[in-house]
Amino acid sequence: MIRLANVNKVYDGKYALRDINLTINKGETLAVIGGSGSGKSTLLQLLVGLIRPDSGEIYIGGQEITHLSEKEMDKVRLHMGMVFQYSALFDSMTVGENVAFGLREHRNLPEEEIQRIIKEKLALVGLPGVETKLPGELSGGMKKRVGLARAIAFEPDIIFYDEPSSGLDPITTAKIDELIVDMQKKLGVTSVVVTHDMASACRIADRIAMVYEGNLIAVDTVSRFQQIEDERVQAFFNTLHTEKAERDEQQA
Amino acid sequence: MRFLEVLGAWVIARLAEFGTIVLLYRDTMQELFTRPRIRHILAQMSHLGVDSLLIVSLTLLFTGAVFALQTADILIRFGAQSTVGGIISIAIGRELGPVLVGVVCAGRVGAAITAEISTMKVTEQIDALRVMAVNPVNYLIVPRMLACMMVVPLLTVFGDVIGVLGGYLVAVYYSGISSFSYINSIHTFAVVFDLTGGMIKAIFFGNVIAVLGCYYGLHCPAGAEGVGKATTRTVVTSIIVIFILNAALTFILY
Repeated sequence: MIRLANVNKVYDGKYALRDINLTINKGETLAVIGGSGSGKSTLLQLLVGLIRPDSGEIYIGGQEITHLSEKEMDKVRLHMGMVFQYSALFDSMTVGENVAFGLREHRNLPEEEIQRIIKEKLALVGLPGVETKLPGELSGGMKKRVGLARAIAFEPDIIFYDEPSSGLDPITTAKIDELIVDMQKKLGVTSVVVTHDMASACRIADRIAMVYEGNLIAVDTVSRFQQIEDERVQAFFNTLHTEKAERDEQQA
Repeated sequence: MRFLEVLGAWVIARLAEFGTIVLLYRDTMQELFTRPRIRHILAQMSHLGVDSLLIVSLTLLFTGAVFALQTADILIRFGAQSTVGGIISIAIGRELGPVLVGVVCAGRVGAAITAEISTMKVTEQIDALRVMAVNPVNYLIVPRMLACMMVVPLLTVFGDVIGVLGGYLVAVYYSGISSFSYINSIHTFAVVFDLTGGMIKAIFFGNVIAVLGCYYGLHCPAGAEGVGKATTRTVVTSIIVIFILNAALTFILY
C-alpha cells in the first residue's frame, strides 16, 4: 500500500503540490490525471524518491520514505519498477542488456537464467526476438514496451508509469493500455499511471485521481469519477467526448 | 548598489557551484573502491585515452618542433647548443607536456564526458539508474574518474616523448645541432623528477577534467541547447582550472 499524508512540494516559492493526501491500495491501478504543469509528474518523482517533499510523509508498504538516505531508499526501490515518458532506455546497450540491467546489478544469477528472464519478459510485452537490437532501431511504442519489460524484469510490487501514451498513435496507445491491464492481472502489481489522456485512464484504472494546479481535487472509481460535477473534472471529460465525436465523424 | 548586488549574486552562485563540485568529488572518492567496475574502467580508458593519442601526438610534436626552432638559433649564437636538448626536455617534461595534454584532454575527454552524461540526464537515463537502485556516482562517475586519473598521466609521458622527438627533428635536421649533443644534453640537464613531476601534475589534471566533466553533465540545463552549453562550460572551466592549478603545483613541486 502507498500513502501520502499532507505532502507539500514547493519550487521557487510556488506550490507544485499542496497538501496531498492519497492512499493507493495494494494491487489496484490508480491513474493520476491532470494538465501540463499540474504537478502529476512531481507526484510520481516523490513516490520513487527522485525528489523529497518539503513537508508531509510518504509511506511505501508501511515504510516512511521521506527521511531515508539514498542507500536506504535503494532498498525500497528494489520493489519498484518505472516506465518513463520517453522510455529512458540506455542507448549504448542492446534491448536484452537493458532488460537484464537490474538483474545484473542486484542479483547474482547465472547467465542462462538471465537470458531466460529476458526472453520471458520480452515475450510478455509482445516483443519476442528483439534482444540484440539497439533502442535506436525501435519505434516509440516498442521502446515503451521494452521499458515495461525492463521495469518488470525484477518482478516489482509496484509499477509507476509516466505518461505511457505520450507521443504514441491511438492504436499503439490502446496496445500499451492493454499491457498495463495485463500486468496488473498477471502479476498482481500495484500500478500508478500518470497521464493526461482521459480515455486511457478510463480503460486501465480502478480509480482516477485528478491533480489541478498542485491540488488533488478528486479521487474516485472510474464510474463515479464521471459523475463528479466539478467543472475542472468535467472539462477533462469534455475533451474525451470531443475526441470521441471527432473519431466517430472521421470513421463515418 | 545595483552593480554590487549583481556582483554579490554572481559570487554566491560561483561559491555554491564550487561547493557542489567539492561534494561531488567527495562522493566520488567515497565510492572509488566500493565496487570496482573493471570492464567499465577499461572501456573508458580506451574511449577517452587511446582515442586521444593522435591529437596529443600532433600537439606535442609541433610544440617540441617550434620550441626547438625558437631556442636553438639563439643558443647556437651564444655557443650553448649543447643545452638545447636539456632545455626542451625540461620544459616539456615539467610544463608543456602536462599542461598541453591537460588542455587537449579538457577539450576532447572532458567534452565527451559532459556530452554523454548530459544526454543521459535529459533523456531521463540517470533517473532510470536511480529508480533501479543504481548509484549514478558509482556507475557513471567513478569509472571515468579512475580512467582519467590513469590515462592523462600516461598520455603525458607519451606526449613528452613525442615533444622531445619533435625538438630533436628540428634541432638536428634544421638547426644543425648534432644528434649526440642533443641527446647528451638531455642526460646532463634533465632528471627523472622532471618527468614524474609532470605526471603528478597530470594526475591532478585528470581529476579536474573528470569531476568537472561529470558535474556539468549532471547539472546541464534541459534540452539540446543545454547539452551544448554544459559541454562548453566544461572545456572553458577545465582549462582555466588547469592553468591555475599548474602554477600552484609548479611552486610546490619545483
